[in-house]
Amino acid sequence: MNTNLEVRVRKSLGALAGIGAAALVLAACGSTPDDGGATTSAAPSPSPTDTAAPSPVLPPVKACMISDAGGFDDRSFNEIAFLGLEAAKAEYGIETLALESGSDADYQPNINQAIQQDCSIVITVGFLIGDATEAAATANPSVDFSIVDYAYEAPPENLQGLVYATEQSSFVAGYLAAGMTETGAVGTYGGIPIPSVTAFMSGFYQGVQYYNEAKGTDVEVLGWDPTDPEKGTYAGGFEDQNQGKQIAKNFIQQGADIIFPVAGPVGLGSAAEAQANDGVSVIWVDTDGCISASQYCDVFLTSVMKGIDASVKASIGAVVDGTFSSALYVGTLANGGTKIAPYNEFDGAVPAELKAEVEQVTADIISGTITVTP
Amino acid sequence: MSDEFPPDPSTGLSGSKTTDTLHPPDELAGSLTEALRRRVLTMNLAVTLLAVVLALAIGAVLIAVSSPSVIEAAGYFFARPMDTFSAIWNSVASAYSALFQGALLDVDELREGNIADAFYPISETLTVSAPLILAGLAVAIPFRAGLFNIGAQGQMAFAAIGGGLVGFGLSLPAGLHLVASLLMAMIFGAFWAGIVGFLKAKTGAHEVITTIMLNYIALFFLGWVLNQDWFQREGRNDPISPILNETATFPLLFGGGLRIHLGILVALGAVIVVWWMLTKTITGFRIQTVGANSAAARTAGMNVGRVWIIAMLWAGAMAGLAVSMNVNGTDKVVTAGIVGNIGFDAITVALLGRGSPFGVLGAGLLIGGLRAGGLAMQASTGTPIDIVLVLQALIVLFIAAPALVRSVFRLRGKTAESLTIAKGWGS
Repeated sequence: MNTNLEVRVRKSLGALAGIGAAALVLAACGSTPDDGGATTSAAPSPSPTDTAAPSPVLPPVKACMISDAGGFDDRSFNEIAFLGLEAAKAEYGIETLALESGSDADYQPNINQAIQQDCSIVITVGFLIGDATEAAATANPSVDFSIVDYAYEAPPENLQGLVYATEQSSFVAGYLAAGMTETGAVGTYGGIPIPSVTAFMSGFYQGVQYYNEAKGTDVEVLGWDPTDPEKGTYAGGFEDQNQGKQIAKNFIQQGADIIFPVAGPVGLGSAAEAQANDGVSVIWVDTDGCISASQYCDVFLTSVMKGIDASVKASIGAVVDGTFSSALYVGTLANGGTKIAPYNEFDGAVPAELKAEVEQVTADIISGTITVTP
Repeated sequence: MSDEFPPDPSTGLSGSKTTDTLHPPDELAGSLTEALRRRVLTMNLAVTLLAVVLALAIGAVLIAVSSPSVIEAAGYFFARPMDTFSAIWNSVASAYSALFQGALLDVDELREGNIADAFYPISETLTVSAPLILAGLAVAIPFRAGLFNIGAQGQMAFAAIGGGLVGFGLSLPAGLHLVASLLMAMIFGAFWAGIVGFLKAKTGAHEVITTIMLNYIALFFLGWVLNQDWFQREGRNDPISPILNETATFPLLFGGGLRIHLGILVALGAVIVVWWMLTKTITGFRIQTVGANSAAARTAGMNVGRVWIIAMLWAGAMAGLAVSMNVNGTDKVVTAGIVGNIGFDAITVALLGRGSPFGVLGAGLLIGGLRAGGLAMQASTGTPIDIVLVLQALIVLFIAAPALVRSVFRLRGKTAESLTIAKGWGS
């Protein structure tokens, strides 16, 4: 038995090596790069254009980002923040460094690493890094810091909070959902009851209520209790896709045909469940679902997007221009810091009249005619 | 050297031949854990070290194939093969050199005379190791009594509530406050682990099942507590506790940006205390006897159930101290992620340390060093820290399959023993 096991292990190792080798052989027939770049070990010598950089007054900027325990491949807010970092790198031609945290214990050491690597701005992602970021900002006044999803009451001069009024875009999504439902019921659930999650759910609920008042309908919202956020439906975390599947199943049984999960990857389970049920659609969260989870594009009515990338880029841009300040950044429908995604595959299904009303609701929120509370 | 056994008192009592007669096949889970436990306790130091070497070798392959410069050079492999090899060498050498420098000593900073920065890596290694060592003890002690404690995670989560409450809720003089907070964490941890020992002793419930279930209960309980007014920080809706009072935190040993704190000495002290308890006291003798052969211990008049409970109480107390390294040391706050993955990493540490307190110390330092070095490696070479998790998993894998390690390095081995466990898992 033991030898069998070993043989199997050896075989599979061999198979793996074989696949690797085949891939290498297939890829290995390319031609060498030009002679100038061929010697990989030689350090690139500074070219004259480098020394004549456009802004000779300011020192070169190095932007560094620290993920929370979810990592940069979470298909959610860490990933969008990282896209913002990449966008800033492309636009400003700056050096960047991305540091992933494996657990909460990695936040402080990662910030220390960033400072040791001479970063000029350190962007931390998520409220959990709030205390560590503030402590580091106080201890390192020469480095600028910004933090995604966190607001300080009185931050030091080199620390900016980046927050998003996602209730505004969720309101629009709620209005759309109320206009699109066939069964008269929609559902929403969160990962855990924290403000950055409940803002979406509350805005969504208010959007549905606004539609009900305007049209005299009675569309029901499952999973949200306006009197007590704690009593809504929650998956208990941001990882278990089976939970998302189960919650979607329950909502569908209770008659909902549009589901708005606010729980990162957990929502993928709901999207899978929606795919298995005719006439059920999902509103994706944080990113445009048709890009970040394109396998489920056919069930994504739209997505409520958080403009984390735009805010990160703006924050880095401010360091590049030397205009960085600790004033809180609030992403709104007005400044593009939050918005709803295109209808993608539902473009034909949404009536033109409803599309126009959605535009109107968006404009009313921007102008302040409609007020949305988180 | 290679065929020496560690100086372990339990080896004298344990003949691997007797294992199966003691545990009839219907007690599958029991005999499996028993076989693995016996395997680990009698494992050869050489195999342990070679498991680490093998893991590093496979890690090197992963670093090489995922390195952008290697992929680029492999694209024109046939035109200029040496480029690929030099790219492989450069990526692996720079990653591992950053890993080791990031775990031990920053040579460049030392040359420039920045003493604090030069010793930052070793300070990090010790800081990260402290909770791993203590949690490792929480797994190792029950291990010696024949129990698999998969529940350090839950014991730590539960202990964080007790330690945190005393830490931010009371005002006591410095020193006394810290001791009170640590004691409360130990009591909470011991209570949570004690439930497992009690259930095992009174009902025979398998500890692997109960610890895993209690992990869920403790983690969700912590999540609930963090949303209660009496535990949540004022003005915050996030699940986060108030910051601990200064009087309840471990003082820094050196300061100057080095995070190393007094808790590291507490962890060292705990290793010595546990070693003393296991080898020099009647409790320790009972634990080891029950672990070596519970039937014989019962026949000899020992109250096996009581010994199990005592072992679990010790384990819980160690888990409580482990989480205090974060609560009272580095983080100074309780969050839902305060335990991280330490409770499960502790199983690695205990296995790698072969269940002995000093082995746990060494293994904790090794894993802690990998963790600390991994972050430095990521920062300076861009190698993902996930590679460190892979290394850790590979080490466990090779320790669980010593026959594999022996065959790779052509060591003479006791294959008969590995046969038993392979049969157990397969059937």
